Amino acid sequence: MKKSIILNSNELKITIERLACQLIEKHDDFSNTILVGLQPRGKYLCNRIVEILKAEYHINNLKYGLLDITFYRDDFRRNEKILEPSRTDFILSVENKNVVFVDDVLFTGRTVRAALTAIESFGRPKSIELLILIDRRFSRELPIQPDYKGLQVDVYENQKVLIEWNDESKNDYAYMTTVKNHE
Amino acid sequence: MSELSVKHLLGVKYLNLQDIELIFKTADNFKEIINRPIKKVPSLRDVTIANLFFENSTRTKLSFELAQKRLSADIINFSSSQSSVKKGETLIDTVNNILSMKVDMIVLRHPNPGAPILISEKISTSIINAGDGSHEHPTQALLDSYSIRERLGDVKNKNVLIVGDIMHSRVALSNIYALQLQGANIMVCGPKTLIPKYLHKLGVKIEDNLLTALKWCDVVNMLRIQNERMKSSYFPSIREYKKYYGLTMNHLDLLDDEIIVMHPGPINRGVEISSDVADSKYSIILDQVENGVAIRMAVIYLLAKKNTFKVE
Repeated sequence: MKKSIILNSNELKITIERLACQLIEKHDDFSNTILVGLQPRGKYLCNRIVEILKAEYHINNLKYGLLDITFYRDDFRRNEKILEPSRTDFILSVENKNVVFVDDVLFTGRTVRAALTAIESFGRPKSIELLILIDRRFSRELPIQPDYKGLQVDVYENQKVLIEWNDESKNDYAYMTTVKNHE
Repeated sequence: MSELSVKHLLGVKYLNLQDIELIFKTADNFKEIINRPIKKVPSLRDVTIANLFFENSTRTKLSFELAQKRLSADIINFSSSQSSVKKGETLIDTVNNILSMKVDMIVLRHPNPGAPILISEKISTSIINAGDGSHEHPTQALLDSYSIRERLGDVKNKNVLIVGDIMHSRVALSNIYALQLQGANIMVCGPKTLIPKYLHKLGVKIEDNLLTALKWCDVVNMLRIQNERMKSSYFPSIREYKKYYGLTMNHLDLLDDEIIVMHPGPINRGVEISSDVADSKYSIILDQVENGVAIRMAVIYLLAKKNTFKVE
């Protein structure tokens, strides 16, 4: 399968840095904000942003967690595909907090819809925003749009946009491939 | 693998190790969910489950009901004491009548061993065995193993002792299957009259002396005497049974290593287990009850997932 690079390691780093700065503009010292990485893939972006905010901008009281949405999906029993849950790592209450969902690629919007239901189990947030690294334009099935986005791309339905996260080397990059059969 | 190999949960005998691992992994997620402020997920909101209890139950019934409600399933309850079974209806007819009302899953407890297997041959709906006579009680065995794993990290190569009325206990048989599948060593202890004749064929050690057995084990599972299933007298008196097979603090004080004490409930304080042991730090009886809900949520969720439907 051919991989076309959308963002190389350096570009991706700059993009994440910019997203982190945009968060600071809006959320200041993050005293009333919780970052929520959507499992499984939002975890990596969330970790990267947390690292930048802590190391470069010295935001120490940053609150963040990981949310798994498997049990909130709307395609349970409608889809042959196996759904495997990931860990929810979340002991915080979101009551009256500003929540920012963090995910790597925004496609149909259904994951975000499920996350909106799932987060209710942890309280009633004051507001919820969406931060996305790559926004696939014209592919939404629900009225959901990002508040912060790294890059917007136009791709065909049979193309996949993926991000290769390398926790060790930090040599991350975003790429696109064409799949033969629709998944 | 992330799908069960079976369509029904009739017994642990029909599961493989991957199934058990999958159920435990899914139960980990549900255990986190049932400790949230809002303990409910919408996964099964289009699934209807019938709980058919042809035998008395408090814990198992409540646990199943709670698990179903936490998954947002619709449930109907049935207990034989208030039903047409008293008017002479057969089991298959009762079940078929309930299924005509469009039920997606059945949880069945029945005094006759093999009742869920019989029904599974006649209908296509998923069945969960919640105890069939003295045969199997799979969800109890799963939650027992899960609780051991939670405390000791792993079940493999651990020595597990089951004490009491092995003959009439479905918990014992399901536990033997489940623990052996996971590589544990098993010993049973109890009056000779309450140890089934062919038990050694399952590769289980048998010991008469409670203290000797306790010195061998890492975990002890104390069972209740199933008076309701006894058709004759198996031991001279409760007092004598208590003297030889009742677990007391004196026993635990005599051991070199700490062991874990389990009981599937209901416990008869002062008979098979003394009050101070049941309430001691060694006992994980209440953890078992909590884990029961998570395990049952996992089993129901995974079986419901097998029944994919197509919307026209």
